[in-house]
Amino acid sequence: MALQDVCGFHDTPAYPRWNTPALLSLPVGDTILHIQRGIGSSMYDFGKTSGNALELYVPVLDYLSQSPINFGQIASNTLPSHPPLFQSPTPLSPSCLPVSIPLLSSPVPPSPFVPLPFPLSHGTTTLAFAFQGGAIAAADTRSSCGGLVACPASHKVLPVHSHMVGTTSGTSADCALWKRILARECRLYQLRHRRRLTVGGSAKLLSHMLHPFKGTELCVAATLCGWDGEVEGGTEDKLAAEGTQDGGSANESGTSPAAAARVPAWAPGPRLCYVCSDGTLLKGGLFSVGSGSPYAYSVLDAGHRWELSVPEACSLAREAVFRATHRDAYSGNCVDLFHITARGWRRRAREDLKEEYYREKERERERVEERRRERGRVEERK
Amino acid sequence: MEYLIGIQGPDFVLVAADTVAASSIIQMKHDYDKMFKLSEKILLLCVGEAGDTVQFAEYIQKNVQLYKMRNGYELSPAAAANFTRKNLADYLRSRTPYHVNLLLAGFDEADGPSLYYMDYLSALAKAPFAAHGYGAFLTLSILDRYYQPDLSRDEAVDLLKKCVEELNKRFILNLKSFSVRLIDKEGIHDLERLPLPQQ
Repeated sequence: MALQDVCGFHDTPAYPRWNTPALLSLPVGDTILHIQRGIGSSMYDFGKTSGNALELYVPVLDYLSQSPINFGQIASNTLPSHPPLFQSPTPLSPSCLPVSIPLLSSPVPPSPFVPLPFPLSHGTTTLAFAFQGGAIAAADTRSSCGGLVACPASHKVLPVHSHMVGTTSGTSADCALWKRILARECRLYQLRHRRRLTVGGSAKLLSHMLHPFKGTELCVAATLCGWDGEVEGGTEDKLAAEGTQDGGSANESGTSPAAAARVPAWAPGPRLCYVCSDGTLLKGGLFSVGSGSPYAYSVLDAGHRWELSVPEACSLAREAVFRATHRDAYSGNCVDLFHITARGWRRRAREDLKEEYYREKERERERVEERRRERGRVEERK
Repeated sequence: MEYLIGIQGPDFVLVAADTVAASSIIQMKHDYDKMFKLSEKILLLCVGEAGDTVQFAEYIQKNVQLYKMRNGYELSPAAAANFTRKNLADYLRSRTPYHVNLLLAGFDEADGPSLYYMDYLSALAKAPFAAHGYGAFLTLSILDRYYQPDLSRDEAVDLLKKCVEELNKRFILNLKSFSVRLIDKEGIHDLERLPLPQQ
């Protein structure tokens, strides 16, 4: 698409392949250049240009005359205290909603349950933190749908590009879709401006793309973690930091002396941004998202330091996910771990937490044995 | 859950905000800055619903900066406050109202310091001191009791510390730290965080 912007072609034979409306009379998500013409109309209308070729793609803006709050709403049978955790798309009827909004069937009615202490959502455990050796992103692999484990081996950490991954939490379909949209937009930016979009910039882009859907059932809570490289246009980062959070870096260094050792806002280094579909955008050094996040936070807060070594950081992340999956019903199965450095992301082998659990039990048994022997020896000496 | 406070002196305005960014029961960030710099001498403090705060505040911020670029001079605090109010009111009866509570503090060469209180229904009031949040219930009477129109900078900081002490004592939530800024004719100055890190 970028090449077509540059050359001035808007409709080529290659174009319809992935941009034409599907035969189901539903427009595929990427309809930016065909939007004005409606569904099913001529694809090869050379007379009309899209106007601003460089405008960012916001899926809702052009062809919804009303606010998207009227679309994608679930009928009244949603229980507000227990939002659906996983929603499977159903085949559409022609009279149905525009497809760029992720399709939602009516939610699986939850089984009767004890009232929750706080609204439970995002049935997962994902975490990410930055340290001197880069950034670590880890997540469990259980996709739950109400009380059912829909998939015990799903991918919750999705790469966006070579130097950035995103952990996903919320509705799986929404997260997968928006990650792909973000990946596409980042790639377009890279082609147009010859440099990679920073993590903060991508987070802002994602946040602005999700903003029109605020108030709908769309649920995406992602932590983008990546490495910002050395750029001559590093001023953009600085301006963004100044514009949005006044004296952000000054505030950061005010909290603790260790923070002064961290990278200032415009230097290369690992970056973390938490983006939520309700509009939250936070930049920080440690985030955990999901129903298992309180359990993960307690492990991470105890063990996290900037000076961790790479194996220590990996084992900390694994331990945090393990403890969360042990206590949280909606997290479990395996743990995925990604390590991002200046050279890009590397994925560690997926580890089954069942093994970890048995190893933990072994270690505990040995410790109990050891303590009993100690006590026996002390008794003897007396 | 969030707390904003502003105190206007004879030639300065002191503002403070807590630095917690929370999501349900978890504190996601301890050093989150809720102040948005609209121009060299105007600060917008913004709390409220999660995404609305940043979206609305940045929208106002960029528009104020655009005004400066187009016209060559900056908006006065009064003009900026009324501009903000108009935008908030316009969105109020749309399908996407912004649920934000604001304090706008600024210094104007002609009019001196000013502090504006605005709530989510876009009610605007110029006030000598103001606070937002549950903490306001506890601290407004302290401000009523001890505020003088001609208080010095140190007295204003002491008054702020009194308010923070009361919050630590009686407020059910733990608001550990506050970012503090002072606006005077020289611009915006960062003051030391409360409470002081050594404590």
